[in-house]
Parts: sequence; C-alpha cells; structure tokens
Amino acid sequence: MTSRCGVCCFNEARRVAIFGGTHGNEMSGIMLVNMWLKNGAEIQRSGVMTKPFITNPRAVEKCTRYVDTDLNRAFTPENLSAPSADELPYEVRRAQEINKTFGPKGSADAYDVIFDLHNTTSNMGSTLILESSTDHFTLQMVHYIKKAIAPASCPVLLNEHPLLKYSTSRSVAKHPIGLEVGPQPQGVLRSNIFESMRVIMKHALDFIELFNNGVEFPPCSVDVFKVQERMDYPRDTNGNITAMVHPDLQDCDWEPLNPGDPMFQTFDGRTIPYEGPSPVYPTFINEAAYYEKQQAFVTTRRETLAAQAISKIEQ
Amino acid sequence: MELLTLPALHRMAICGGTHGNEMTGVYLVQEMARRQKEEGEKAWPLPIMLVLSNPQAIKQCRRYSETDLNRCFTSAILSTPTTDSSPYELRRAHELNALLGPKDSKEAVDILCDLHNTTSNMGVTLISYSLDEWISLHIYKYLKMKMTSVPVRLFMVNIPNNEAYSLESVGKNGFSLEVGPQPHGVLRADIYNYMKEALELAIEWISLFNSGAVIEGGEVEAHLFHKSIDYPRDPDSQQISAAIHPQLQDQDFCCLKPGDPMFQCFSGETMCYKEDECLYPFFVNECAYYEKGIAFHLARKTTLKIPSVKVQIEDRGTS
Repeated sequence: MTSRCGVCCFNEARRVAIFGGTHGNEMSGIMLVNMWLKNGAEIQRSGVMTKPFITNPRAVEKCTRYVDTDLNRAFTPENLSAPSADELPYEVRRAQEINKTFGPKGSADAYDVIFDLHNTTSNMGSTLILESSTDHFTLQMVHYIKKAIAPASCPVLLNEHPLLKYSTSRSVAKHPIGLEVGPQPQGVLRSNIFESMRVIMKHALDFIELFNNGVEFPPCSVDVFKVQERMDYPRDTNGNITAMVHPDLQDCDWEPLNPGDPMFQTFDGRTIPYEGPSPVYPTFINEAAYYEKQQAFVTTRRETLAAQAISKIEQ
Repeated sequence: MELLTLPALHRMAICGGTHGNEMTGVYLVQEMARRQKEEGEKAWPLPIMLVLSNPQAIKQCRRYSETDLNRCFTSAILSTPTTDSSPYELRRAHELNALLGPKDSKEAVDILCDLHNTTSNMGVTLISYSLDEWISLHIYKYLKMKMTSVPVRLFMVNIPNNEAYSLESVGKNGFSLEVGPQPHGVLRADIYNYMKEALELAIEWISLFNSGAVIEGGEVEAHLFHKSIDYPRDPDSQQISAAIHPQLQDQDFCCLKPGDPMFQCFSGETMCYKEDECLYPFFVNECAYYEKGIAFHLARKTTLKIPSVKVQIEDRGTS
C-alpha cells in the first residue's frame, strides 16, 4: 500500500479466494463453493482469478463443525510454524496446507482477498466481519456492499479485541473478510440465506472489478459494531448452564440491550437482567457452536470508522 | 357420545435426549429431576420416571453415536439379543426397554412421553403412531384447547405396534412431543417454555383422568402421514441440487396445492408440486432428515372422533 495526497493506493486485487466449509455444517458456503467449483461463471470478473475452495473437506463430509479442532481458530503463528507431522490435529495440518496455498500469512505472496463464508444460528442477518479498522481497502469494500444492498441492512462487526480476536482461515490473506449469515440451523440449507450470501458475494466481486479497473473510491465513513466483551451463560459449580437467553433478548441481535433489560431466564422461570453500566449492542446471541466456548452472546459498541479514499497503484 | 372406560395411568415416564442434540428435552428432564429431588412425591400428582435416553449422544451433542436410537424399538429389534460389540444405541434400546417396558407387557409404564425438537416450523406437534390410542388423543385435545400462544397439531402414523420403531411405543400408551423451530444444539427459552407448558398440561390431564372425572370426547383435527418427498439430487454425486423454496420454507401444516413451489434449484429453476391432491407438508427442512432422503413429509388432514373416557374402577384385589 502507498499513499498520495490522502488516497491509499493498493496493488490490483488479482488473486481472490472464496472459502466455504471452514465449519463443515454451515451449509450456505459449502453449497455455494461446490456450485462455483462446477460452474464458476457467476464469480468470474475480468482481471481477477477467483478461486472457490472447501477449506475443511473432512468436516464437510461428516457435516460437523470440525473433526479435531476448530479450523477457524487454528491459524496461529505457533500452529503455522510447527513442524508438519501426522500426529498434529487434522485442522492444524489443514491450516498449514491452506497457509502454503493461499499465504504465507503476512507475506507479499499471500492472496489479495479471501472471503470466508459462514452461517450462524443467531439472528444476525447478513453480517460482514472485519479484523482491522485501518484496512481502507476492506472498509471501502464493505461500504460499497452496504450501499449496494440498501435498503436491506448489512451490519458490520469489527473484531480487533486483543483477547477475543482469533486466528481465522481468512487471516492468511492481505484483506480478509468474513461473511456471517443467519439465522440458519447447522446442517440446514435455507434458500433465503443462500441467496443473501450469493448476492453479497456478487457485490463484493463487482467492487474488486471496479477497483482493478482504476475506479477511485472517495473517502467515506462506515458504521461498525466493535466487539467489547464475551458474556457466558450463568453456570453451576459443575460448569452446567443454569439459564437460557431470555425470550426478550433471543433474536435481538444488533438491538440495544439496556441496563435492567432481561438477559437470561432460569429453568424455573426467573429473569436475570443485564447489569452493565451502559447500553450495549449484543450479537452472536445463542450461537450453537459457542456453548462450548462459554459464550451466550458478545457485546459490541457502535463506532464510525473513517475510510480514506483508495485507488489502485498504476503499473 | 360413547363412554369408554380405560385403566388408570399409575406410572408415567418422560424421556429427553433420545436425540442428543435436541436440547429442550435434555434440560427439561434435568430440571424436573432437580425439582423431584427437592420436593419428592409432592412434585407431581403421579410418580414420574425421568430418563435421559441417550447419554452418550447428549455428551457429544449429536443426534446419535452410531445409529438413530429412535428407530430401535420394533419388537423384532428388541427381541434380538445384543452383544458388547452391538452398536451403542441398540444396547441402549434394550436397556430402556427393560427399564420402561418390556414393550407389550403389563409391566410397561402406563404412559411414555418422549421429548423432541425439530428445525422445522412445527410449533407444538404431538406425534402418535396409532389411530385409536385414546389417551394420547385426549391429551392432544386438551393441549389444543389450553395452549393459546403456539399452534398445537397432531401428526399420526398408522403402524402396527410391533413394527412401531420409536421409544414411546414401549409404553402402554405413548406419544412424542415435537417442538420447533429450534436449531439442534441450541436451547431457546421460548421453545423450552412451550414444551414445559405442554408437559404440565399433559400431567394435569392425566391427574384429571385418574381422579375419575368423565372427560368429554369430541372431534379433533389430525394430520395423517401420507408420504415423503426427497430433495432433487445430482444423479452422480447424490448431492442435493435445490433448497426448499422460500414459499414453502416455514409453512408446515399449510396446504400445498397443485402448482405451488416446492424447491428452488441452485440453477435458478423452480420445481412445483404437480399432484392433484392438496396435502399438508410438515417436517419441512428438518436437519436430521437430509441423510434419510426426506425434504418434507406430506399428510392428509382429517377429523377424528374420540370417545368420552373415564378411568376404570379398580378391583381392590388386583391394583
């Protein structure tokens, strides 16, 4: 990336990957990638090599989130630099292979953009997930997509939290973007969710084509929800949950949760209120995969990020 | 109206976790067990056995470990001895049959209620595998009358008892309570509250019946299983090539008429229902049925007449 007069210049995004099946039971991405592997016409754009790819084929075959360990947490520096060995968990070996093909992570040879397709049981709509507030290329892409699908909404989740941020499969690329679409049960394919994800990918690829063709995108602002805190379920001394997400909070992703609002309901019907100091915006409310990660929902706060103008570096 | 006298329901069993990732039953059974420990016999008007049917699958939060437990209760399977190397669920089915049955014997529990969830938009659905098990039908009628915040329906499959493969066939009377939509592996408070209310009403009805009251019969609406429809599939890979159409998704128990859309192919084409008869779809897009080759079931709607019932006065010498 270079800079001239307040415009961030990036190389053309020539190599783009679309990951499906990072979690083997999140069906929209799996079906889209399989469809595009058979016939990739829809994802072709001039000047771009777009590679659809199933990241966790063994998990996909078993229709399970993962086989040994969560692939979407496996791209840590330790894992990627560990000597390759058969005894390593399947997903760690897989992370090393993916890093070789689409990375190496952090190097000049890494893929320009990776889209990672996910589903959630939470009522998050079509959410775009960013890992950096200062990657102006992805900020501009996200702004473009939001405008393109308006008036339908497209919340943007920013996870830069030093402790809660995790090493995703897409983090191998220079510009990683997560697509999280829900609500959809694991193992189920819902037509409306499938189509939403397909439309977002279309706009994302359109943006890349425009960028590569020399379009300069002017400065803009992007409203995001920034991850603050993980909230676990109340548990007993044996670690068993003792309450459920309250019916008034269930499905209310992105809506304000105010101090005193119902948060959990115990099994015998008692309400446990939210007792934080100020309103928060919860998301990933009641995601199936997060029971084992001790997360009932995550709190966010609203922020507006400034995206600088971007254009491609003239060769 | 005809009045039928039936034996008292002395012993009830409530089972959760027959499928280990159907969370409501698991947590409801655990909560009821906690209450039973605290309050003893005062907890409910009759003794209730609370069972977690498939502990291994519950631990793994999967539908089953090796084979679907809820297909293991035919008389043929239950009379075939198992060995240590038999699949886990086959061995477990034998254990449950010994605990709650034996099926078709006088030692079997009087009523067995099996708790399930579905990813389909089925509200509260009572499932019965027999057309004239009046106890279950009366409980359905009672639930339908009393539950106002969620639709209550009856789905019936007509199978002779020895061929009935699911857990509730072990009891002298039995039914499944299927509540959805809920993703597998997720516990929703609204779904939990519906299932809890349905169970409490079932227990209330049983207590009313046991007390000697005449319980009026009448007509009830029922959905009788007709057939299943699979997804369109790629002939080579057998992978599904379409999703349930948006106009059918979540429309369980809404009439499917000739010409109505059924599937939306990935290629964009719409596949429509071509038969002449209006039928009622349910278990639309149930996660666990992809591997069973079922996109949805179709049922005929019918009206059943159920007789008034009263508990038999027991001969003191035999009770």
